[in-house]
Amino acid sequence: MEFQTIGKSIWRIDGEKKVRGQALYTIDLKKDGMLHGRILRSPHPHARLRRVDTSAAAKLPGVHAVISRDDFPEGGPLSPYFGRRMKDKTVVALDKVRHVGDVVAAVAAVDLETADAALRLIEVEYEELPVVSDPVAAIAPGAPQLFEHLAEFKNNICHHTSLKQGDIEKGFEESDVVLEDTFRTPVTQHCHLEPHMALAWFDEHGRLIIHTGTQTPFGVRKSLAEIFQMAEEKIRVIVPYVGGAYGGKSHLKVEHLAATLAWKAKRPVRIQLRREEVFLTVTKHASVVRMKTGAKRDGTLVARLAELYYDTGAFAENGPNVVHKATLTSAGPYRTPHIQADGYCILTNKPSAGAFRGYGVPQVALAYETHMDMLAERLGIDSVELRIKNLLREGDRHPTGITMHSVGYEELLRKLGGEIHLEARRKGRGKKRRGKGIACMIKASNTETQSEAKVQANRDGTFTVFSASVEMGQGAETVMAQIAAEELGVPLKGVAFIPQRPDTDLTPFDAMTTASRSTFCMGNAVRRAAKNLKEKFLEFAADLMEISSQDLRVENGRVFAAGAAARGFTYKELAARHFSHNQNELIGSGFYGDEEDAKTVLPFWLVGGCAVEVEVDTETGAVKLLKLVGGADAGKAINPRLCEGQVRGDATIGIGQALLEELKFIDGQPVNASFLHYPLPSFQDVPDDFPVLLVEQPHKDGPFGAKGLAESALPAVPAAIANAIYDAVGVRIQELPITPERVLRALTEK
Amino acid sequence: MITLNINGTARQLEIKALETLLAVLRDHLNLTGTKDGCGEGVCGACTVLVDGRPVSSCLLLASYAEGKNITTIEGVATDGGLHALQKAFLDNGAFQCGYCTPGMILMAKALLEQNPNPSTGEIRDFMAGNICRCTSYVEIVRAVKQASRKMRRRAKGS
Repeated sequence: MEFQTIGKSIWRIDGEKKVRGQALYTIDLKKDGMLHGRILRSPHPHARLRRVDTSAAAKLPGVHAVISRDDFPEGGPLSPYFGRRMKDKTVVALDKVRHVGDVVAAVAAVDLETADAALRLIEVEYEELPVVSDPVAAIAPGAPQLFEHLAEFKNNICHHTSLKQGDIEKGFEESDVVLEDTFRTPVTQHCHLEPHMALAWFDEHGRLIIHTGTQTPFGVRKSLAEIFQMAEEKIRVIVPYVGGAYGGKSHLKVEHLAATLAWKAKRPVRIQLRREEVFLTVTKHASVVRMKTGAKRDGTLVARLAELYYDTGAFAENGPNVVHKATLTSAGPYRTPHIQADGYCILTNKPSAGAFRGYGVPQVALAYETHMDMLAERLGIDSVELRIKNLLREGDRHPTGITMHSVGYEELLRKLGGEIHLEARRKGRGKKRRGKGIACMIKASNTETQSEAKVQANRDGTFTVFSASVEMGQGAETVMAQIAAEELGVPLKGVAFIPQRPDTDLTPFDAMTTASRSTFCMGNAVRRAAKNLKEKFLEFAADLMEISSQDLRVENGRVFAAGAAARGFTYKELAARHFSHNQNELIGSGFYGDEEDAKTVLPFWLVGGCAVEVEVDTETGAVKLLKLVGGADAGKAINPRLCEGQVRGDATIGIGQALLEELKFIDGQPVNASFLHYPLPSFQDVPDDFPVLLVEQPHKDGPFGAKGLAESALPAVPAAIANAIYDAVGVRIQELPITPERVLRALTEK
Repeated sequence: MITLNINGTARQLEIKALETLLAVLRDHLNLTGTKDGCGEGVCGACTVLVDGRPVSSCLLLASYAEGKNITTIEGVATDGGLHALQKAFLDNGAFQCGYCTPGMILMAKALLEQNPNPSTGEIRDFMAGNICRCTSYVEIVRAVKQASRKMRRRAKGS
């Protein structure tokens, strides 16, 4: 199929504003009469709240509102409860604090200095409780309980997913080789450069208006409606450009605090979290993964036992979903007749872990892809060939029952291996030794969710795309414009497609900007909206030309009679004619996720991998990346430069998680919650040689064959690096981050 | 009352004694292109040029910048259009969310002013204090190199 716009690396629609410093983020917004909010947070990881006295703070001149548990009496106007899966969170702590940074109170004042002074006047008496900060210790008998009164959180387990296929015992009996190992990953943090923040007020009609850099505008609206016990339509959530998110800005993070302060102060309130608070607001799940793998002598996988212990911190958050998805894919993209996988989502006295790019898959991919490498070595089989031999292929049934489709693993693995010449080893024997490694991954999206879009033709020949997909850097605005332009048959050059950014009053419903779903789900909605608009234009042109719309063609923004190209009108001319007589909008609507879609659409898989060459210094343990290749199956790359950017950026977070990042806690106390002490990948941590491989196995239900790819590289990176280190120096590191100390210790113990 | 020379224009302002240059730019002058990332001078999002040298405006007291020439992202493009660096950032996909971009562009501008033809290693070293969480940095290095080539060609031509 010949495309006009799809497959072209056009400049980002938001690009020029961003390089000029003109793009507006939530942090850039102001409102007359705006107050500044600050939050009082628990210094203790676990304590009972004996007394919270805000009276002195409230009396401080310049303070307009203080929120504490006293504002949430039983039967009062505000409900304190919210939460992604379970309503276990409260706007402010009611009876206990469960992690350092848990919210005790909040203040709105004329300026930050006054707000900070007011925080110091709030008197809190804590009764410290025993702390549990390790997920395995948290489920042991006698461990301190985070929610002693909640039966569904018994033994600190807030969710358990079990996946069974075949007969696991028989599987291991039939296996010639059995591997069993434990893998560990630490707490990490998203570190989006724009901190969480929100600006909220109540307007003259009593509506709550809130600007916030969220990935889930409709989710925020729903949760706020529950807190304020008002109709969702009385709340308007507006999302400016978002300065990075990676999962960390989904659902309520700071919005509820700005809104409740605005409600109490009857003034606009702005809250911007300090960086330290960002670290305590949402994190990535630390994990312990026990994995047992059985295979035949010829490399055929037979059995997989997996136990996942994910540390979700003090509240369930997205944890149950994260654990669920990770557990369901713990056999990797491989045919495995006998599977038993159990995932536990465990509460501890640490900040809440939520969604983070990869959504639980990186932790388990480290385990299964290390095992693939170990098997390849044990059995003397090439590690690419071993993977390819076992792949789930087009039409195969995944253990979840989903049919595999648009899964270009074989091509991807061969290209990844080829790109680093995996077969040609050049280890050396000196101080510095080189090694190569490869890994792949599989992750589900959430294809079954809904998105609606509108495309409008304007009086000046431009188009407006109404889409609540949040532009957080991934390029949603640009991709939606390309999809709309392609469907309409309009060249993007010279025709502006103006994005109407997410605003729950203006843009139709969208489930969320997460799970790499937007290109697929919103992309389908936008394509359908554009098609709907095109049909309206065709009918109008058919009337004007007195021919059947069946006999019309569209090319280059022009509608013309088939076989008589001179007879026709441009969209711009048609719009001008329409608006010369009528003032009703020329607008097309599209919805994705209806009953028909639910029956026919095959969920898409994120398909990706990584190949890497490292150099290990055997004297210091330092690991240097010489080359890293990120790969993904894009289905169809709508904008290849954006796709490459997603894969490379995703892989770079993977580098951080593999080699550097750990948010450390001692007995629940964070010790490095700042950019000074938390090591992020910098210019000096990535290789110059950093290509991206895009495979295109079109998805039958994706817009023009496209699907998501923004989480395809990260989950494979730590395993690929660990495998390369083994190749270089013969030690298996099974705990992240792979610091020089860990490598050196392993070399010493070897 | 202090006078700040910002992007070629003298601005007279009433400020508090301990206000940072970042706060003054963003809150008093509405020059919101300069971003606030960490508040402790580590991420580079707030980078501006003071007499041509890059500084973290979140750490610099505004009063220290009195009488000096301050360049922010708003002063990088000319009437003739985008700066070579801005175009190169667009061409190379050197940003995604764009939050670090103003700081990155100013840091790169400072580099190219003192070293018109930097090597990859020199770019990485000079810009190591600027964090980007979206891209791989490789795109930014490519953009700086592309801009460097264009600027040198233009300098030769003029």
